[in-house]
Amino acid sequence: MVEELLHSSPGLANFGIFFLLAAVLLLIVLGFVTYGILAERKVMGYMQLRHGPNRVGGKWGLLQTVADVLKLLLKEDIIPKAADKPLFIIAPVMAFAPSFMVLATIPFTDKFQFADIGVGLLYYIAVSGMTVFGMVLGGWASNNKYALLGGMRAGAQMISYEIPLVMSVLGVILLTGSLNLNDIVAQQDDTAWFILLQPVAFVVFFIASIAELNRTPFDLPEAENELVAGYHVEYSGFRWAFFMLAEYVYLFAMSALITVIFLGGWLPPFDFLGFIPGAVWFSVKFSAVVFVYIWLRSTMPRFRVDRLMEFGWKVLFPVALANIFLTALIKTLFF
Amino acid sequence: MIRTEEMLLNVGPQHPSTHGVFRLVVKIDGEIITEATPVIGYLHRGTEKLAEDLQYTQIIPYTDRMDYLSAMTNNYVICHAVETMMGIQVPERADFLRVIAMELGRVASHLVAWGTYILDLGATSPFIYAFRDREMIINMLNELSGARLTFNYMRVGGVKWDAPEGWVDSVKEFIPYMREQLKGYHELVTGNEIFLDRVKGVGVYTKEDAINYSLSGPNLRSTGVKWDLRKDEPYSIYDRFDFNVVTRDEGDCLARYHVRLEEIEESLKILEQACEQFPAEGEIMAKVPKIIKAPKGEAFVRIEAPRGEIGCYIASDGKKEPYRLKFRRPSFYNLQILPKLLIGENIANLVAILGAVDIVLGEVDG
Repeated sequence: MVEELLHSSPGLANFGIFFLLAAVLLLIVLGFVTYGILAERKVMGYMQLRHGPNRVGGKWGLLQTVADVLKLLLKEDIIPKAADKPLFIIAPVMAFAPSFMVLATIPFTDKFQFADIGVGLLYYIAVSGMTVFGMVLGGWASNNKYALLGGMRAGAQMISYEIPLVMSVLGVILLTGSLNLNDIVAQQDDTAWFILLQPVAFVVFFIASIAELNRTPFDLPEAENELVAGYHVEYSGFRWAFFMLAEYVYLFAMSALITVIFLGGWLPPFDFLGFIPGAVWFSVKFSAVVFVYIWLRSTMPRFRVDRLMEFGWKVLFPVALANIFLTALIKTLFF
Repeated sequence: MIRTEEMLLNVGPQHPSTHGVFRLVVKIDGEIITEATPVIGYLHRGTEKLAEDLQYTQIIPYTDRMDYLSAMTNNYVICHAVETMMGIQVPERADFLRVIAMELGRVASHLVAWGTYILDLGATSPFIYAFRDREMIINMLNELSGARLTFNYMRVGGVKWDAPEGWVDSVKEFIPYMREQLKGYHELVTGNEIFLDRVKGVGVYTKEDAINYSLSGPNLRSTGVKWDLRKDEPYSIYDRFDFNVVTRDEGDCLARYHVRLEEIEESLKILEQACEQFPAEGEIMAKVPKIIKAPKGEAFVRIEAPRGEIGCYIASDGKKEPYRLKFRRPSFYNLQILPKLLIGENIANLVAILGAVDIVLGEVDG
């Protein structure tokens, strides 16, 4: 659908449709962020013998996040005197913008996708890597020692996880023969979900993705017990909210990507269940991935910063390489 | 021209992991610490000086506020010191109540140490599980003394209140529950690879260092020194109970973690025996004069608090107030080794090492 529109002649009507679709996606994502945060607080609450938010917006704290965002909007906007003002202002935007850009390539169902580009997976990884600039800049521009340490950690962490992340999906790409996310899903329709065919790649990708999302046990850049709040320690109000928003949009994007690459996207687990729409399957799988992220967060202690690099380079990287080698070997010998 | 520079970083006094108002001025090269200077005194209330104008019974509430996580042992040490000077024999029932209260306090204190330590390492849930179980102890001590944290329970010559009906049974019920929970703690945290990676071989010191720095409690026993005043210089009725002194040889943060968790088990053993032998009836206060006057002279007593040896020195000129009062506060002494341990470590290890020392700032600052 979108593909046809892209190739049609430009006009006001097309612009309107694109604008509308973008607004729909924005609302979906913001809706997810609102209720993703609530879900995280609720799930963690129940894991920790608490109730989580339960006052604002009726029984289950349904409007808690909305109230929080309103509060953040009303907060005084503080820019430290010694901070580098232009960089300080631009950093949250730099961290936030790529998080929305990556959503364009993700096929939510076989029809709902914005850009069916040939190198979708590569695009995702390349664009998502830009967020770390926002973090390093924000940390540096704040002129705060904790923020600087956090920003540097974000940089170091990016170097250690990004390569295993890419290497692990190479196995999937080898099996599919394409970087296009639609092709990857189609391939899973023909054979089986890649979580079954590429379990090692899945594990490596999942671990590296936690590091990419800066979530426990890899929340080193903002390690609150060590660096107070890390790179965003000087940020408040809506600038801070932008960092948080970027984080949760990435959670959305990464869970969607894992669903697409490893869990068969919108495909039903068995063919006879095909009468249930793909969007339902997608959201079920997607929610399961999000739940696992939340679960890990409430269970694990934090990695040590120097060990993360060791872990990334000495464990994840060789494992991912071995996986590529094995996949290639099996593919040439048996297929 | 690229050059690197050492950076001066103030950790605290408002920092999530300094366990209170503790400030640490560290020089860091990248993330590696080259020099660390602890700054203390933000919570100093002059307990010792204040005590010179107070009667002995009035000093007891002040001791609650030193190590506020195990106020019962603090209560005991001042009472014990005055009783030693005056030669008062405490009734048996009071002794049992004191021991049960102190051991419950020890379990509660180690639970806080455990929970906050894991929290420092970045895991949020175990902290809440520890506080759930501590809450049960706090409720029991609340029933006993009427306060949740600053108990003000013991008096010179005995205890203020007798145990309410069924209280000892509730302690008895708590023991198997706590044992079951401890298993869960081990399952959740002790075997976790990330946790082991954070604490194994971190913050190591030797037996000699520990003794030279006058460390005590789990900080000392983690290096293999078998020294526990409950065993080596039995006070109160500790010689009646059968328990082990837990030691580890490694001297790292993991050893301290294990010592604390196993000490909870030993305390549960003591509690179990104390509840069994608890006298059905009896006095809870010895015959003491209305106005307590310690005889002229001086005395020093020391007991085993959860954080180490707490000592109390009283110099009296025969009045109803002490001439000079001095507490040996274990957290203060345990903290002294910190600058030595921190050199060459990174910021992440700073938190792990400081947490394993397990300080209470109310006690450090006196």
